[in-house]
Amino acid sequence: MSASAASTKSDLFTYTLRQADNSMVLCQRLCEWAARAPELEEDIALTNIGLDLIGQARSLYQYSASLCDPKVSEDDLAFMRDAHQWTNLLLVEQPNGDFADTIARQYFYDAWHLPFLEQLTRSHDTTLAAIAAKSVKEAKYHLRHSSMWIKRLGDGTEYSHQRMQDAIATVWPFTKEMFVADELDLRMLEAGIGVDLDVLKRAWESQVVALLISATLTKPIDSEAITGGRQGQHTEYLHDLLAEMQVLPRSMPNRQW
Amino acid sequence: MNSKENRTTLSAEELKFEELLASGRKIEPRDWMPDDYRRTLIRQIGQHAHSEIIGMQPEGNWITRAPSLKRKAILMSKVQDEAGHGLYLYSAAETLGADRTDMLEKLNNGKMKYSSIFNYPTPCWADMGAIGWLVDGAAICNQVPLCRTSYGPYARAMVRVCKEESFHQRQGYEIMLTLCKGSSEQKKMAQDALNRWWWPAIMMFGPRDDQSPNSELSLKWKIKLFSNDVLRQKFVDIAVPQANILGLTVPDTDLSWNEDTGHYSYGEPDWEEFFEVIRGNGPCNKERVSNRREAHENGQWVRDAAMAYAAKRAKISLSQAA
Ligand SMILES: [Fe+2]
Ligand SMILES: [Fe+2]
Ligand SMILES: [Fe+2]
Repeated sequence: MSASAASTKSDLFTYTLRQADNSMVLCQRLCEWAARAPELEEDIALTNIGLDLIGQARSLYQYSASLCDPKVSEDDLAFMRDAHQWTNLLLVEQPNGDFADTIARQYFYDAWHLPFLEQLTRSHDTTLAAIAAKSVKEAKYHLRHSSMWIKRLGDGTEYSHQRMQDAIATVWPFTKEMFVADELDLRMLEAGIGVDLDVLKRAWESQVVALLISATLTKPIDSEAITGGRQGQHTEYLHDLLAEMQVLPRSMPNRQW
Repeated sequence: MNSKENRTTLSAEELKFEELLASGRKIEPRDWMPDDYRRTLIRQIGQHAHSEIIGMQPEGNWITRAPSLKRKAILMSKVQDEAGHGLYLYSAAETLGADRTDMLEKLNNGKMKYSSIFNYPTPCWADMGAIGWLVDGAAICNQVPLCRTSYGPYARAMVRVCKEESFHQRQGYEIMLTLCKGSSEQKKMAQDALNRWWWPAIMMFGPRDDQSPNSELSLKWKIKLFSNDVLRQKFVDIAVPQANILGLTVPDTDLSWNEDTGHYSYGEPDWEEFFEVIRGNGPCNKERVSNRREAHENGQWVRDAAMAYAAKRAKISLSQAA
């Protein structure tokens, strides 16, 4: 293998891993809601979204694993890496908080994830394009679900309005990171494999502004972007999340489950 | 004519109900039914629905800690199924005039019960195996006959539920198989889980027939088709060979194959414990109900918001139509 082919392979590995990590961490957060949702229908809906996300994570981890030398499995990638090796966005690792916090986090992510996937369906990498094509349908449902709740809570009672407004303000600083392209993003865009985050940013902003207005909510004032997730610099929340998620395979490694 | 004379005390409605029952056709919501039949069904279906909902907790606890991605996905969809079962069953109870909100209220304040099996703790991953294998397995033995129960909406709900329960049973048994084929430590986890879940599963079928006051009427009304002991025997006969395949020991010293009956003979469970758990003194009763209540109370403002939003929308579309 030539040096450039090897670097392309490792780029593709990392690029795929980032997406897998996003889906995995957000799924793990939604799992924390099991049997705790505001109503039964919502328990089912949050689990549906979680199931879609774990399905996406598995496809992406399996693809990442196939690009790995020496060989690893999807479970090695999910259960055997430490926090500093995780490449997800900081947004998705933020704690569930109350239902409004969960919905705010979910909506801002969904509004980014759907156009991200739509672009990715045109990737020159056919595996990523195929995974994206399958995930687009799911992400449409996720966005519909979270948008609906933004409206219900924003334009529901005075109390829910306030909680929704607070929730938006809490996660807002973490939304910036979704649009910060690093060198890998630029190389993947150049190669026709990755997504153009500038295009995404415009689509996201117009969608978010429109929805917040219709939900009688105010767009928070922009602050400094908090970044670092994709470089492995995470908030303390990810450490706790992984400690719980990885406890069994870490305490008894090399076992079948 | 003869039969009419014999039943002079029965009204025309009662006669029709008895005839429907005798013919094996289903009683439907629009049909007349005795008050006690309705009350018994509301109690049974309501308890059953509550069991599905409370039953989400012992396994829901492990979703975040499932040891592989495949197991996590399976456990998520299993717990989701249980929520769905709760929904079908609340709907079935609503066809009898019960109200879901009211039933949930009664669950939260302890006025309605749920299956005692969910008052046992799940300290270990192997419990996910034992629950699927034994608890869902016992539920199947109980519920397959309910697909033919006399009340139509309940029977139809059970048909949907039973399809999913057999997947639950299989995934649980598969967890046990994998553990039993694994390290000695894993096999020990599996044996320990079997030790803790065997007797509670045996007691899921309810008291012995000679101690079960409600059963007789339920059998007459074809709500129940088999007695507690018949169903329990069926479960034991299925589960013991499965334990043998796993290479695990069923924690019952009286267990033996009986050539004469063609069934396993088994020992007497600790009924004192059973009634203690029913009385609310099981290891997890308080935790299960208080988690449920907490989820309900924490969700109140969300449900209120959804109602307020829907009311606003309705008002807008009304004024647009005007
Ligand atoms: Fe589903
Ligand atoms: Fe169920
Ligand atoms: Fe089940």
